Amino acid sequence: MATYLEFIQQNEERDGVRFSWNVWPSSRLEATRMVVPLACLLTPLKERPDLPPVQYEPVLCSRTTCKAILNPLCQVDYRAKLWACNFCFQRNQFPPAYTGISEVNQPAELMPQFSTIEYVIQRGAQSPLIFLYVVDTCLEEDDLQALKESLQMSLSLLPPDALVGLITFGRMVQVHELSCEGISKSYVFRGTKDLTAKQIQDMLGLTKPAMPMQQARPGQPQEQPFVSGRFLQPIHKIDMNLTDLLGELQRDPWPVTQGKRPLRSTGVALSIAVGLLEGTFPNTGARIMLFTGGPPTQGPGMVVGDELKVPIRSWHDIEKDNARFMKKATKHYEMLANRTATNGHCIDIYACALDQTGLLEMKCCANLTGGHMVMGDSFNTSLFKQTFQRIFSKDFNGDFRMAFGATLEVKTSRELKVAGAIGPCVSLNVKGPCVSENELGVGGTSQWKICGLDPTSTLGIYFEVVNQHNAPVPQGGRGAIQFVTQYQHSSTQRRIRVTTIARNWADAQSQLRHIEAAFDQEAAAVLMARLGVFRAESEEGPDVLRWLDRQLIRLCQKFGQYNKEDPTSFRLSDSFSLYPQFMFHLRRSPFLQVFNNSPDESSYYRHHFARQDLTQSLIMIQPILYSYSFQGPPEPVLLDSSSILADRILLMDTFFQIVIYLGETIAQWRKAGYQDMPEYENFKHLLQAPLDDAQEILQARFPMPRYINTEHGGSQARFLLSKVNPSQTHNNLYAWGQETGAPILTDDVSLQVFMDHLKKLAVSSAC
Amino acid sequence: MNVNQSAPPVPPFGQPQPVYTGYHQSSYGGQPGSTAPPTPYGAYNGPVPGYQQTPLPGVSRAPPSSEAPPVSTAQAPCGQAAYGQFGQGDVQNGPSSTVQMQRFPGSQPFGSVPLAPVVSQPTVLQPYGPPPTSAQVTAQLAGMQIGGAVAPALPPVRLGYGPPTSLAPASGSYPNSGLYGSYPQGQAPPLSQAQGHLGAQPPQRSAPPQASGFTSPASGGPPMPSVTGPLLPGQGFGGPSVSQPNHVSSPPPQALPPGTQMTGPPGPPPPMHSSQQPGYQLQQNGSFGPARGPQPNYGSPYPGAPTFGSQPGPPQPLPPKRLDPDAIPSPQLNELPPQQKTRHRIDPDAIPSPIQVIEDDRNNRGSEPFVTGVRGQVPPLVTTNFLVKDQGNASPRYIRCTSYNIPCTSDMAKQAQVPLAAVIKPLARLPPEEASPYVVDHGESGPLRCNRCKAYMCPFMQFVEGGRRFQCCFCSCINDVPPQYFQHLDHTGKRVDAYDRPELSLGSYEFLATVDYCKNNKFPSPPAFIFMIDVSYNAIRSGLVRLLCEELKSLLDFLPREGGAEESAIRVGFVTYNKVLHFYNVKSSLAQPQMMVVSDVADMFVPLLDGFLVNVSESRAVITSLLDQIPEMFADTRETETVFAPVIQAGMEALKAAECAGKLFLFHTSLPIAEAPGKLKNRDDRKLINTDKEKTLFQPQTGAYQTLAKECVAQGCSVDLFLFPNQYVDVATLSVVPQLTGGSVYKYACFQVENDQERFLSDLRRDVQKVVGFDAVMRVRTSTGIRAVDFFGAFYMSNTTDVELAGLDGDKTVTVEFKHDDRLNEESGALLQCALLYTSCAGQRRLRIHNLALNCCTQLADLYRNCETDTLINYMAKFAYRGVLNSPVKTVRDTLITQCAQILACYRKNCASPSSAGQLILPECMKLLPVYLNCVLKSDVLQPGAEVTTDDRAYVRQLVTSMDVAETNVFFYPRLLPLTKSPIESATEPPAVRASEERLSNGDIYLLENGLNLFLWVGASVQQGVVQSLFSVSSFSQITSGLSVLPVLDNPLSKKVRGLIDSLRAQRSRYMKLIVVKQEDKLEMLFKHFLVEDKSLSGGASYVDFLCHMHKEIRQLLS
Repeated sequence: MATYLEFIQQNEERDGVRFSWNVWPSSRLEATRMVVPLACLLTPLKERPDLPPVQYEPVLCSRTTCKAILNPLCQVDYRAKLWACNFCFQRNQFPPAYTGISEVNQPAELMPQFSTIEYVIQRGAQSPLIFLYVVDTCLEEDDLQALKESLQMSLSLLPPDALVGLITFGRMVQVHELSCEGISKSYVFRGTKDLTAKQIQDMLGLTKPAMPMQQARPGQPQEQPFVSGRFLQPIHKIDMNLTDLLGELQRDPWPVTQGKRPLRSTGVALSIAVGLLEGTFPNTGARIMLFTGGPPTQGPGMVVGDELKVPIRSWHDIEKDNARFMKKATKHYEMLANRTATNGHCIDIYACALDQTGLLEMKCCANLTGGHMVMGDSFNTSLFKQTFQRIFSKDFNGDFRMAFGATLEVKTSRELKVAGAIGPCVSLNVKGPCVSENELGVGGTSQWKICGLDPTSTLGIYFEVVNQHNAPVPQGGRGAIQFVTQYQHSSTQRRIRVTTIARNWADAQSQLRHIEAAFDQEAAAVLMARLGVFRAESEEGPDVLRWLDRQLIRLCQKFGQYNKEDPTSFRLSDSFSLYPQFMFHLRRSPFLQVFNNSPDESSYYRHHFARQDLTQSLIMIQPILYSYSFQGPPEPVLLDSSSILADRILLMDTFFQIVIYLGETIAQWRKAGYQDMPEYENFKHLLQAPLDDAQEILQARFPMPRYINTEHGGSQARFLLSKVNPSQTHNNLYAWGQETGAPILTDDVSLQVFMDHLKKLAVSSAC
Repeated sequence: MNVNQSAPPVPPFGQPQPVYTGYHQSSYGGQPGSTAPPTPYGAYNGPVPGYQQTPLPGVSRAPPSSEAPPVSTAQAPCGQAAYGQFGQGDVQNGPSSTVQMQRFPGSQPFGSVPLAPVVSQPTVLQPYGPPPTSAQVTAQLAGMQIGGAVAPALPPVRLGYGPPTSLAPASGSYPNSGLYGSYPQGQAPPLSQAQGHLGAQPPQRSAPPQASGFTSPASGGPPMPSVTGPLLPGQGFGGPSVSQPNHVSSPPPQALPPGTQMTGPPGPPPPMHSSQQPGYQLQQNGSFGPARGPQPNYGSPYPGAPTFGSQPGPPQPLPPKRLDPDAIPSPQLNELPPQQKTRHRIDPDAIPSPIQVIEDDRNNRGSEPFVTGVRGQVPPLVTTNFLVKDQGNASPRYIRCTSYNIPCTSDMAKQAQVPLAAVIKPLARLPPEEASPYVVDHGESGPLRCNRCKAYMCPFMQFVEGGRRFQCCFCSCINDVPPQYFQHLDHTGKRVDAYDRPELSLGSYEFLATVDYCKNNKFPSPPAFIFMIDVSYNAIRSGLVRLLCEELKSLLDFLPREGGAEESAIRVGFVTYNKVLHFYNVKSSLAQPQMMVVSDVADMFVPLLDGFLVNVSESRAVITSLLDQIPEMFADTRETETVFAPVIQAGMEALKAAECAGKLFLFHTSLPIAEAPGKLKNRDDRKLINTDKEKTLFQPQTGAYQTLAKECVAQGCSVDLFLFPNQYVDVATLSVVPQLTGGSVYKYACFQVENDQERFLSDLRRDVQKVVGFDAVMRVRTSTGIRAVDFFGAFYMSNTTDVELAGLDGDKTVTVEFKHDDRLNEESGALLQCALLYTSCAGQRRLRIHNLALNCCTQLADLYRNCETDTLINYMAKFAYRGVLNSPVKTVRDTLITQCAQILACYRKNCASPSSAGQLILPECMKLLPVYLNCVLKSDVLQPGAEVTTDDRAYVRQLVTSMDVAETNVFFYPRLLPLTKSPIESATEPPAVRASEERLSNGDIYLLENGLNLFLWVGASVQQGVVQSLFSVSSFSQITSGLSVLPVLDNPLSKKVRGLIDSLRAQRSRYMKLIVVKQEDKLEMLFKHFLVEDKSLSGGASYVDFLCHMHKEIRQLLS
């Protein structure tokens, strides 16, 4: 084992897991004193090109309360054909098919390199993927046109046997029947009426075969084509039809008088979409893709009235409890989200409008079901078009990078319990021996449902050490955790991915150094941030910040080296050194600060933060800043105002935005047109370099970031200025001298001040 | 905007100029009477069958033919010629005089009455009197003694006189001679008078023509005369004599009679009437008296035997009819009189015959235009074909009153119990010869109205102060004349431009409404038609949907247009439904129609805006494609449940969304039992019949439909409902919305494409094509003293004065009842102004104004002399049919009988000359009241037979509610036409016979129609040849009973019968399906139901029995 860094990296690559602590404190008491909880970031479907799925089913521990899956950590008695469960120590007989195993003839799941393994389940009927488009027609003409084209394009990207459906909405909601020849037929619903699932199914004529559907799942295939046939059709059959239908889509014809918003029945449309799938394809992978160009303005789930003079709620309104529709709307969408999650479907929201579209209220639809949330200014932008296209991107096997209806089960060895998860999931409310009473995130269960996920979907999973102080773990003992993810692969196969990991226990009193060294500050920062963001959803912003500060101070007190009451003596070890800085930027991030962000933006940012993997999450917390200059090759520089220099080009990646900033001199040069002069070709190259790098990022990221190309003094430079550490402000400009950087006009504290305070508080014995 | 005047000279009031001119010249020259003459003849002849038999038969024939030409063609030439001749003859017309005379004697009461009112009259009368009296007396005597037999003959129209005389003939046959004799005599005397009058009258007549003429500037002179003309009449009132003279004038033909019986004799009498019309009323019924004359006869006839003995006593009373109550126990309606013998003793021929009355009126008044210039004229009967010349009062096609002379005080009115009502058909269709109302555009200022009562400018407004102001004729308020409307007055006080302005010279005209008259102060957009088609299993299986869709493809080319518009402005939309609704987007830009399903029937809404209502020509391809596909799409449907209220709701919402008025055409098959608002349950329960709860069968099951209708009215959404039920569908409930929105209901029980296709398609075509007004409000204003208090018809009222009609077509009538709230003035009479604000099919907002002036009287006799029984029955039927909603049917029937008895008793008490209590004396104008009333009482609604379903009753009930007078007339008393009696070559309709089994000869074939049903009854011993040529089978037994189509055969009889059937159908607003009934066949029961003079199976009394009963009632009242 080389360094912890390498160990961590290896583990992440192999298992998609990053723990905050890689050596675990062996008692509950000590664990709580570690401040940062024992937790991990799990990317259940992390792409593993090197991992071929095995074509058989896993072997389960026979103890009904355990049912852990045979894994490399199990002790195996090859002669007796027995294996011992490493979670419950149950001894199990191998199934008949395993009669031939021996030390040299091991099944894959026993090999150490297969700590993560994927099984393909052959049982059960495979049902095709389902894509239900829910399209807002209250759009501007060119927006609608662009959207129509995107949708038509998407048809060609879908697997030919996928089922597609179309719901359009404006003042009314139309469910299009796709099977008809000649006359195109749609069912229309009033956009103002809240309908129960049963009513919707009645009205769509889906209720008759209800009996067979609920009872005989296996018998379903025969029934379903008939029932749903009218609304959900295999793409290869109705490709042309649907293309035409989309082509003929008109803007919502109802007149919108001046000073009014168009009446948009998003709430009902979504409700009908959910009801439709619920009635026809429960527990089958399906995406409801909502495309909306504005806020819901009527009916259940309305976010704002249709009077333009009444603006849509802002954070200010929400704080003042002035958002009349928010609670009701949120409740409506939560109800829908929960139903959708129960059915194993997911909801994507593609909201493109200059103003807010009600993502705050609708966020749970995407958050709880693992759907995507995309926010843009217009459907007629490459941001939307490419992002949307990327949904249908394929992996190296030619499969879509999407999976459906997953359940994630976490099993722990007895010293541990699972406290909760934070990510695009809902609880399945499965109590078990390994469920902790303390909840962190979504807790109280050992299983979660993730209705839609992709290879980067990442959950934060929090554990609690329950081992009592007086019952030490035997020396060399290891704690184990097994993650079992059952899901529907995009090829429609059911698959099970099993990841089993183990970490050493250490006595915190005697082996604190070990533990400290095994601290993964990046993972910890992200995990703490997730907790903070999770709290921020339900608590006041300042409370969350205070909580974060306190945690940070406690951590520093615990792991810092200092003399009491002497801030200057404060030191942190390497494995902690970056952590305070992450926290500093986190405090300023849009995930916790709502200032300058609309509620929709906040929801959008938080949504992505709660599902991206560690690297992306870190970028979100602390954007990356590269500098391009004639001084040398591009290099990362401090995210600090001092990095903003006249002769540099800066490239900042905040995950949501890519900002290219030309320093003052560079900008002048460019203005003067040097780049076009052959003798200054190097300048041209310099200008081009960040653009190329930005393109690279743009190509890879989902959702596509906003791309901003600005220069010194440009209005868009604010994106950069608001992110960098304001080490120079109008307050301290002279104190710092003018030789470097650009002053930021802000009253925010800078990192330096923050650190000073932190040190002072950490060394103080008062708290 | 001119009315369609063919002749350039005559600008606006386009009455059929050609005719007019013709008339003027000829008639005026010859006097109006001229036209009349022919008719009169007919009348004479007609009336007396006996006549025909004897010498006159030929005559009778002739007259009709003569009539026919003039009427039909209305050509100047013929008419003129004829007139010319007649003209003078008329003047002399003894006949008229005789008529009068007869009246005189006949209805002494009248005589006296007239005397009182009109000074002049007396004189006139007297002269007449003598001659007639003698004649009549004799006749009467004869008749009376003879027995009732005579009576029927008499009825020749009101003129009746003839009839009375005829009576005699009929009875005694001898009478003929007597009659004739009398005639001449009468003539002589009248002549003198006539002449005298003539002198005066001519101007009048000329005036009217001129009036019409004034359209033509040429008649600059005419105005004057016209003025005088009207004036005269006014004065004339007093002088019924004046009018009489007219009549008198007509008589001249008498001379003819001898010579050419045909033309001559018949001619005269009628002319009188026709010419009189104006005059008549003026004269008072006195003149009618003549008509009454007949009455007396009747009287005699009635009593048949017993009474007669007494009759002689009251010689003059002859006119009145007498029934000897003692002799004849009056039968209760339900329980027939125990003593049938008595019944037998009454000769059915002796009691007033509707056929006779109709024939007489036709003959007397059919050939001359009815000129409306004179106040209070009773128009010809609805069964008579006549032209109308608007000279200041609305045509009877628009307004008919129960009485044209109304009592001055409410006490009188109460005493008489004669309902004062007007049956108004504001958008009535006119025959092509008559011009539709002229449209007046007053520009931005809009129509001129009285400041106080808001009445619209009309011919009765008095201009004063040199034309600077006008006094409202309704409320007497003095208003300023706006500068732009100012015009000088001539020496008679009339505006110089009176004849250039329709609103100053015509009874009916239209104003263009300004934006102030529009909803939301916005000019309306063109209306829309929405076709809503039931596509449930029943509709598909019966072939209805396919048939309908096929038909609509071509029918859409014939949407109503306005004026000369190239294409209709009306937009169309389509909806199909079973228990959900399917809307169709048929926007022209689409390659294929789009269907939108709305399942949320509980909360109906319209799913689309753009593309639902489209212009037919623009979207033709898409619509055709849709209509092709609808039957296919639902061909395999298994859905049997339907909704109903949501469908209407949807249509209404669609119109609301489109911000226009319009009409929904609903094609519906079954009781709406699907879960939705307006869901109904089967509540058909025959056990309720004749109980206090029977009324619930007529009431809607739920109030939801009323609420819905109210919303529809607010939106101007009219609903026409086509029902195709196989079983009970609760018409009472389903028809609520059509009823309240001015729509129509059509019912095709057990619809099968093969059998009912023609009827349905024909109705559909007519319904779609007919001109209709939308979003209408009707207000009836009256001069001080009376007030419109009650309204009947298909409409909705949210207050007590405004009749709101979401839609109104030319077939719909509104019956308005008036009550006194003050004293009326004989001088000024009573005025009605009906103003209808509506949106035309082109989306133009208009006001149609109808004005009518009525006379007022202080003598009850005047009232009785100017009544119109057909209109009265129309009112009473509607009143009764509304009554069944709230009261037990028996109560309703009793109320009717009581009222009728009171009316007649009042007459007997106050107007008839003293006579034995045993005599039944009926006023001439009301002599048919008993028979008609009996028909009403026996109708399905008031006395259902076992085979009549609840739905049928509800259906009929609501149909009658908006029927006009002509429709109720034939509906309650069906027409029965013998087919083989008249020569095949004759082009005219064969004369009808009375609706009684006794009149059927088993060797003949008959057609029976009542506006809804059409039967061809084949006697068992019809000649084989006839059978062969009509049915193409060799014998009676091979005729298929229930056949609904006659084979198309190329022989004269077949052609004639089919032609007749076609022409009957053309006369009715609904297509009548033919049913061939063989004598002694099962179906005959159905047929016999319509022989209304007979006792009905369901307990309805026969005519004779009822008459006796009525007599008894009257006697009770009198004692």
